[in-house]
Amino acid sequence: MKILLPALSPTMETGNLVKWLVKEGDSVVSGDILAEIETDKATMELESPDDGKVEKILVKEGTENISVNSEIALLRVDGEEIEEISEKPIEKPPQVSSNGSEQPATEVKISMNSLLNQTKENSDEKNWSEKEISMREALNIAIEEEMEYDKDVFLLGEEVAEYDGAYKVTQGLLDKFGSKRVLDTPISEHGFTGLAIGAAMAGLKPICEFMTFNFSMQAIDQIVNSAAKSLYMSGGEINVPIVFRGPNGAAARVGAQHSQCFISWFSHIPGLIVIAPSNARDAKGLLKSSIRNPNPVVFLEHELLYKEKTNVPEEKDFLIPIGKGNLIKEGKDVTIIGFSMSVQRILNALPSIEKLGISPDIIDLRSIKPLDEELIYKSVKKTNRVVIVEDGFGSTSFGSHLSYLIQSNCFDFLDSEIIKVSGKDVPMPYAENLEKLALPNTDEIVSAVKKVSYIN
Amino acid sequence: MNKKNKNNFTNDQLLKFYEKMFLIRKFEEKAAQLYGAGKIGGFCHLYIGQEAVVIGILSSINSEDTVITAYRDHGHILARGVDPKLVMSELTGRRDGISKGKGGSMHMFSKANRFYGGHGIVGAQVPLGVGIGFAHKYRNEKKISRVYLGDGAMSNGQVFEAFNLASLWELPVLFIIENNKYGMGTSIGRSAAGGELYERATVFGIKGEKVDGMNFFNVSESAIRAREYIEKNSKPYIIEMDTYRFRGHSMSDPGLYRTKDEVNKMKEIDPVLMMKEALLNDYKIQEESIKNVESDIKKRIKDVEKFSIESPLPDLKELYTEVYL
Repeated sequence: MKILLPALSPTMETGNLVKWLVKEGDSVVSGDILAEIETDKATMELESPDDGKVEKILVKEGTENISVNSEIALLRVDGEEIEEISEKPIEKPPQVSSNGSEQPATEVKISMNSLLNQTKENSDEKNWSEKEISMREALNIAIEEEMEYDKDVFLLGEEVAEYDGAYKVTQGLLDKFGSKRVLDTPISEHGFTGLAIGAAMAGLKPICEFMTFNFSMQAIDQIVNSAAKSLYMSGGEINVPIVFRGPNGAAARVGAQHSQCFISWFSHIPGLIVIAPSNARDAKGLLKSSIRNPNPVVFLEHELLYKEKTNVPEEKDFLIPIGKGNLIKEGKDVTIIGFSMSVQRILNALPSIEKLGISPDIIDLRSIKPLDEELIYKSVKKTNRVVIVEDGFGSTSFGSHLSYLIQSNCFDFLDSEIIKVSGKDVPMPYAENLEKLALPNTDEIVSAVKKVSYIN
Repeated sequence: MNKKNKNNFTNDQLLKFYEKMFLIRKFEEKAAQLYGAGKIGGFCHLYIGQEAVVIGILSSINSEDTVITAYRDHGHILARGVDPKLVMSELTGRRDGISKGKGGSMHMFSKANRFYGGHGIVGAQVPLGVGIGFAHKYRNEKKISRVYLGDGAMSNGQVFEAFNLASLWELPVLFIIENNKYGMGTSIGRSAAGGELYERATVFGIKGEKVDGMNFFNVSESAIRAREYIEKNSKPYIIEMDTYRFRGHSMSDPGLYRTKDEVNKMKEIDPVLMMKEALLNDYKIQEESIKNVESDIKKRIKDVEKFSIESPLPDLKELYTEVYL
């Protein structure tokens, strides 16, 4: 029997073989632990699926980035013939292309890191000492640095402490800061969010983690009515310095109740700041700024971006100001605007767009509220054409508002209608092809660019 | 009449407590008048009938303790010592209001007086107050967060989440249920199943009791008991106050859900009058001293009224200030 590397989380594509706990020739019974596998979220134990003898170990311990479904060992099951080891690598399941049909994807990835390196060169930023790390690590470091910087900062949420965070973002913080400042809460969003806001009113600076922002709906009243409005309705007396953070939007096949983008919801509310970074560098600089901000900040991360790496400054005084977008690629023909995961989608479509001879300005908004209107209008006045890409539902969305702002501020400069590529107005389906279809895809982005450029 | 004075308050102290109760009563009567005259808008929830609760609790309070409550907050902010002129000007929506005219009757705050509002969503102030208690503990402050809630809030889910957290994390919080028997027009019997309201907190390991909330002395004793318990055990405590509001839920409430007889019967145990009788009969305080206090308050309320009507409307530029800091 072939032992394959199993998928141990919804977003796991590869895993690391940390350790074999058996050796060739060992007898095992069903349920015995064969190996430790590190996934994108945790280290898990791999159990024997049957009784038998370990015939052969095919992947050495310490091997990293093994694709899910690769053969890693051979088990001689009592009373069964031994199977042949396939010579060629195991065939991957059919890929579903971004338009939902079963065709191999031919997406060429443009690295966020190289674009960020270019934009840095064009800016007068100081020379940082940089290291390539994932967004997950960047967020972790940002929290750690700010907790060191200010003893009033504390972290609470479900599984943030002893479990090391459901997505490993808060890994190691309990050990470093203790249970007074890193608190596991009951599954009680309405209560612990209210508690965190009350603590902020009394002068502390909580980081309130939602395991995902889907669960923030349990606490939406406290966020909107208590956190966002208190400063105003107290005539400036009570401010609420708090960060609500966690993954937002669609991860991978976790169904309708766990796959929603709430950017349009939170950006509707005066008194809230809304941040949605697309990469590790921005995540660190903006989370640090958010924690230091005296207002309530909704900091929307994306699970699929947690593993993505970019160069990130190591210095503790590296901050990115809230309210500043980033022109991550400079062009001249069309302005394409995204934030969080939709920036990645734009980059996926970029080769096809460039093949049309179109050179786009790509703006990563980073900060949704306040919005960097100056950056947007400057670009639109140059390109005269706009495509907005957002993962959230299209109706009454943030993108709709953005297109309103652009038409009212740049009306005389527009050579075409503004096109918005949004998530479809359906609860997120589970099936892989339907889920891809529900989210903005490369074909839609390319078609939108062609349409605003009058290319058939 | 209750002769107990286990707290050994001096006659001067008792007269001060009476003064505060009388101030709340007269302030609220004036607010009702001004509402009728169209000087106060929106919602206006009067505290008349419940004065012994807030002043009884106040008698046990350390000056550094914090207070948070819901929307029936005029009495609470006055008890914390905020100038009645600023409170009434908030009710009239003027620039001298404690929230600069931007909060209204339900949204008044004063950090200097450790009063954290003033919250309009039933139940929401309870997790907030637990969070303020969390901050006290986090900073090793010897303070208690005093969290008021009504009988209506006792059926609101987040309140139970807050009880659980307060007990689990052993936070210095005193929960005070002002059970005035009606959540708007719905009587407690039509909204809450099971036994006493405070017992709903005891299942989380929170100790508590039910007290006659119309009697200053009973309230004061229970509040002191609660303070001692919280300070000794570093755990939350809950008191259910049996009280009653003599006016409607808000100014626009016709009060058809209860009989005139019921209200009149409750007025026989009017907390302000009972306090006055106790001072006269049990503590032998001179009637003249009490009259002096009362006439000073009445005079003061006239000034408050004048001030709150003459204060200008907020500057129009205030519309866009204080959305962000």
